[in-house]
Amino acid sequence: MKALIKITLKNGVLDPQGKAIEQALSGLGFSGVDNVRQGKLIELELSQTDAGKARAELEDMCKSLLANTVIEDYEIELEDA
Amino acid sequence: MKACVVVFPASNCDRDVAVSLEHATGIAPEMVWHGDGSLPDCDLIVLPGGFSYGDYLRCGAMAAHSPIMRDVVARAKRGTAVLGICNGFQILTETGLLPGVLMRNASLKFICKDVHLRVERNDTPFTNAYDKNAVIRIPVAHHDGNYYTDEGTLNRLEGENLVAMRYCGQDGYVTNDNNPNGAARNIAGIYNEQRTVLGLMPHPERLAEEALGGTDGAPMFASLVEALS
Repeated sequence: MKALIKITLKNGVLDPQGKAIEQALSGLGFSGVDNVRQGKLIELELSQTDAGKARAELEDMCKSLLANTVIEDYEIELEDA
Repeated sequence: MKACVVVFPASNCDRDVAVSLEHATGIAPEMVWHGDGSLPDCDLIVLPGGFSYGDYLRCGAMAAHSPIMRDVVARAKRGTAVLGICNGFQILTETGLLPGVLMRNASLKFICKDVHLRVERNDTPFTNAYDKNAVIRIPVAHHDGNYYTDEGTLNRLEGENLVAMRYCGQDGYVTNDNNPNGAARNIAGIYNEQRTVLGLMPHPERLAEEALGGTDGAPMFASLVEALS
């Protein structure tokens, strides 16, 4: 099954890249844009067919490598589950 | 003192630090490839600067899971001294040997320049050849050196005197103006609780002999020889 993992900076962690994007958008004339935050999306295929087991495995992957939980939150989404 | 330098794909300060170590000890350090399973016997492990694995995912994240790192972590936990410079510091935080994380510089710019640092204590294996509160000048060269951790951890680092060096002015005063990258409390380097592991963003090996334009980095290597020989 396919999994999507969304990794975002925790609330309160300064995101200078998001700020730069926000300024660039405003420079392009887009008004009313606020709180731009940049994150990552990781897509992967698992051979595991049990959604519960897949989720547990993905949690493990997030904690050990995919996210740095000092500054990042993650959200796991399973497709075809 | 027997030293090992771990070489990762895209390490680029490994040979510089090897030269500094050889000048200090008279013996060339052992260069150990990241894919090796174990380190030779040694008193000091150096994780050098560079862009290991192209900084993929997060700086140091991939290197922290290299085969050699299992042995590095095990030795560090048994008390072997570990020095992580720049990317090496990032790798140490990713392994959990040091707390916190090095985030993108607040300015978003890659910063390559000499900075002044205040040496917070001189009773560690890394700093015994410096005066206490010495102000030294060595360069930084990084895009992700903005030290961040939660307030509780910052207070613990301060309370236990685990901040090794702070960005400061030439006069030693620690101010925002002298903070090149936005690092919390101007932190340039920190120790583990036992003060056997040091991670720092600036590069002592880049100003460790007259021919390079300064020698303020050299006492760090002399300190290690003094403590570990």
